[in-house]
Amino acid sequence: MLLAISSNPWLDAVARLAVVAVLLPVGVIWLTWLERKVIGRLQQRLGPMRVGPYGLLQGIADTIKLITKEDVRPTSADRWVFELAPFVIVVPVIMAMVALPFTAEIFIRNMTLGLFYIVAVSGLSIVGMIMAGWGSDNKYALLGGVRAGAQLISYEVPLILTVVAIAMLGQTMDLSVIVALQHKTPFIAYQPLGFIIFTIAGLAELYRQPFDIPVAESEVVGGATVEYSGIRWSMFQLGEFASLVLISILGSLIFLGGWTWPLKHDIPGYAQAIVMAVKTLGFVLFFMWMRASLPRLRIDQLMSLCWQVLLPFTLYQILVNGLVLVYDWPDYTLTILSLIGAGALMGVLYMAARKTNVPLQAPVARMGSVL
Amino acid sequence: MARETVIPGERELETVDINVNVGPQHPATHGVFRMVITVDGEVVTDLDPVIGYMHRGNEKLPENCDYRQVIGYHDRTDYLAQFNTEHCWVEAVEKLTGFEPTERAQYIRVILAELNRITSHLMFFGAFGTDVGLFGTSFMYAFRDREYIQELFEEVTGERMMYNYFRPGGLGWDVPENFVERCNDMIKHIRKGLGDLEGLMMTNEVVYMRCRGLSPTTPEQAINWGLSGPMLRATGLAHDLRRAEPYSIYDRFEFDIPTGTTGDVFDRLLVRLEEMKQSVRIIEQALAQLPEGPIMREGMKRTLRVPAGEVYMRVESPRGEYGVYLIATGTDKPYRHKVRGASFCNISALREMCVGHYVSDVIVILGSTDIVLCEVDR
Repeated sequence: MLLAISSNPWLDAVARLAVVAVLLPVGVIWLTWLERKVIGRLQQRLGPMRVGPYGLLQGIADTIKLITKEDVRPTSADRWVFELAPFVIVVPVIMAMVALPFTAEIFIRNMTLGLFYIVAVSGLSIVGMIMAGWGSDNKYALLGGVRAGAQLISYEVPLILTVVAIAMLGQTMDLSVIVALQHKTPFIAYQPLGFIIFTIAGLAELYRQPFDIPVAESEVVGGATVEYSGIRWSMFQLGEFASLVLISILGSLIFLGGWTWPLKHDIPGYAQAIVMAVKTLGFVLFFMWMRASLPRLRIDQLMSLCWQVLLPFTLYQILVNGLVLVYDWPDYTLTILSLIGAGALMGVLYMAARKTNVPLQAPVARMGSVL
Repeated sequence: MARETVIPGERELETVDINVNVGPQHPATHGVFRMVITVDGEVVTDLDPVIGYMHRGNEKLPENCDYRQVIGYHDRTDYLAQFNTEHCWVEAVEKLTGFEPTERAQYIRVILAELNRITSHLMFFGAFGTDVGLFGTSFMYAFRDREYIQELFEEVTGERMMYNYFRPGGLGWDVPENFVERCNDMIKHIRKGLGDLEGLMMTNEVVYMRCRGLSPTTPEQAINWGLSGPMLRATGLAHDLRRAEPYSIYDRFEFDIPTGTTGDVFDRLLVRLEEMKQSVRIIEQALAQLPEGPIMREGMKRTLRVPAGEVYMRVESPRGEYGVYLIATGTDKPYRHKVRGASFCNISALREMCVGHYVSDVIVILGSTDIVLCEVDR
């Protein structure tokens, strides 16, 4: 569909980028509405209802408000660091989106090293968070920025390693080839452990509950973004939701089989788009569901979860993949071994959550007073 | 908490602690409370609570008021447990004057005070969920049930917040006709809502990870710090003024005093949850026994003159021991009026409870004390 916009390569590139730059904010505006609506329903309220039917135009109203708002910069802020930080967050996400195919026909640019490129580029956003935290000259922002740096760098490791496991499985870094390989069985069947780790690490990369430590409202009051207002603040919001879309699309591509439908080999283009949209929305809704139902972890729990639990299990997944590749074991051994790992991971998580010196007891109801 | 910042083979890294001012405008300080915390990275090394932003002279002002006007000031002391605080004041006046309120008034007072305890604890669970990081879900669940009770209060008293309903010797006016049916109906909603809240908060692994073992308190510490209410009972001491020093007609009801085992934050949650269930028990018994009759004692004069004397009356408010010290000189105004706020005593131990914990935990510990700043500053 987008294969050739113009014969001039430069014009072509600009046009493709423009498509992302326009589609992304529109999608994000709709996603903010969706999130408010979904969380509202989960919390037994209606969510936005006033602007447009079912509040559908709420996002547009918010955008107008944010654009017309005064752009405040604290006098003591580090001017360039402060003003550039939102761009450093948004631009890598847009760059990564360029390499993501949506269906076999709808994509901006298909790269043979697409997976590698996406992972490499999206990792740059960390710099923006640290810049925003440092440049604001605000202690909450500093705490939030440092927290964001620690968290994003840590969770990048298991996230990338699960992607590496997928690359081993497909023996390619080309996303459309990876999807084509899944036309019968999605990779989640071979990599249940990888899928769980990818989802957890993805949640952490997006700093959403239970990993919203860098932006914790009740602790650091929004973290690095605390001093931003108006359009700059909305850039952070844009970056956050664009990453949400990025992780969701990436997850559906590499684990859920992308635009393929396992029961029928060649489905038409519009059906591919529907299948892909459903899978992506599945991820998005899962992240929103988590946001409405889970409280926040503490920073040390977050770190030990990453380095002590997720990382060893990711390495186990890679080891299993390697063994199956080298000794040419049948595919189902991969499923079994990965499922064993997934079971062990859930067990460890459960034990970690319940690990305490104090046995859980219902309050002892005693009559009378001892004082 | 001593922390190692030494890299093996190198000299100690030089780090600087920074001061962070949390509040008075901060989403997690439950009003206008301020803490100046010193943090070493994420660990709090010092904490200095600053109060007084809400001081209104709520103890001195009543000394220029008629005894019945003072009731309104008690609504404004602890704005989440108004019936409990009003109860304390009218009981104090009744103790000095010897006015015995009518039976019906006593029962209605207890029903309303216990309902008020439930609304207060629901508010606690809502706010605590937000402190611990829930995105407002606990708030909405808690407020759904709180609203039923709030509507009843509104119907009974005409107010949603400053009820001003109890009077020395009885009540201002009678409850609506369908009061008993409405309460019975409401109890069903509350029971179901408590189940939901328990599922959302208490069985949540993350809440458990965050709260279990956090800031454990021994009974000795709790007594030394002057803690009361759920904070004290979480340590294992079954001290409840409704049982230890029964006021009003609390000795007629059967209820248990929930206690925790370690006094940590999770125990405080458990105790509060269980207390709501016990309050429901009390309300059910009181509704079954609610007699007909007058709601005001006979022979009350327009101006209330209290004979000379002094009294300290204390009740079990949702936050702990709420007390009034009153000196009367035979005039129509109190000579001395002093309030013991449970919140004030409970946060006085904040530094001891918080130092050495992570920043996130300080917010959780502060949330678990369930303070009302109006009661702290008065």
